[in-house]
Amino acid sequence: MQNVTEIGYNAKVEGGVILTRLDAAVNWCRKNSLWPMPMGLACCAIELMGTAASRFDISRFGAEVMRFSPRQSDVMIVAGTVTYKMALAVQRLYQQMAEPKWVIAMGACASTGGMYRSYAVLQGVDRILPVDVYVSGCPPRPEALLDALVKLQQKIISEPAWPRLRRAA
Amino acid sequence: MSALTCAQQIQEKFGDLVSAPSEFREEIAVRVNDARRIAEVCVFAKHTLGFDFLVDITSVDNYGSEPRFMVVYELYGYGHHCRLRLQTMVSDPPAELPSVTPVWQAANWPEREIFDMMGLRFHGHPDPRRILMWEGCPFFPLRKDFPLAGKASEVPGVAFTQPAPVEGGPFVSVAGGKNTIEREPRSRTPH
Repeated sequence: MQNVTEIGYNAKVEGGVILTRLDAAVNWCRKNSLWPMPMGLACCAIELMGTAASRFDISRFGAEVMRFSPRQSDVMIVAGTVTYKMALAVQRLYQQMAEPKWVIAMGACASTGGMYRSYAVLQGVDRILPVDVYVSGCPPRPEALLDALVKLQQKIISEPAWPRLRRAA
Repeated sequence: MSALTCAQQIQEKFGDLVSAPSEFREEIAVRVNDARRIAEVCVFAKHTLGFDFLVDITSVDNYGSEPRFMVVYELYGYGHHCRLRLQTMVSDPPAELPSVTPVWQAANWPEREIFDMMGLRFHGHPDPRRILMWEGCPFFPLRKDFPLAGKASEVPGVAFTQPAPVEGGPFVSVAGGKNTIEREPRSRTPH
């Protein structure tokens, strides 16, 4: 006798058909294959590498495909100090990414300029890019970056998949 | 052969151009009184005295006193293992002195850095571009009259700057039970 009730998809009951909203399905696909654009600018990039390596394994969250090409990326992880000399290059790389795209500001420097309150450092990458998730720390632990990734996934799943079309309608 | 005898040989050779060698913590420094002739002294130091290694060139901004800048050359000889320091003063106009790149190739980047940070021009330099700041940056950031927070500037398509909210010092935070926005002056500033 079976006491366990299965919750969720049951092929026998549903008959091979899943009903959902298009937004939910598309966002589910998007959130589970976030390809990062590693914008490693300083020591945070070392932690970013650690996050991708075996111990912390960012591929558990579907974000292991680090491509050093903005055309193939979904989320730019700004890891490190953004100097004014680099700022417009970072902005240009972001503009080259295809929509939809997100930004994680990793660490104190990328978020606010950090300890570099100086003539040479952009005081937070949010002055040139729309940042979705800020990660505190100097540098943040890999767990913190993974937490930011999960936060970004939650944000993606709660957003309309085509915000612009919806606004036009 | 010691650094002091090398310094005395420089003095014998150049006479009034250099002042008597001074010693500070067993380090010998020679002051060259005319910055326009620093390259001659360097040629002598390298080819006659055997200082074949230029360790570094640095500059000091004595803001408010005249002459304003001091350029310091750290020399070392692999043959005799002596260190020697050459110093020369540079006034703000013209803020210029000869390059020693023809003497030591290693002078290339230090001189570019001094130009970039202090605004001293080295005539005869083979590649007088900026090295740390971008091309077209209007400031010389390590001059004493340049604020740590920086100034606003824009070179279209290359870079822009805005003054950082320093609020009186590099690290300002008021101790106490206030929240972060009140403790950290920087976080109050509008974007």
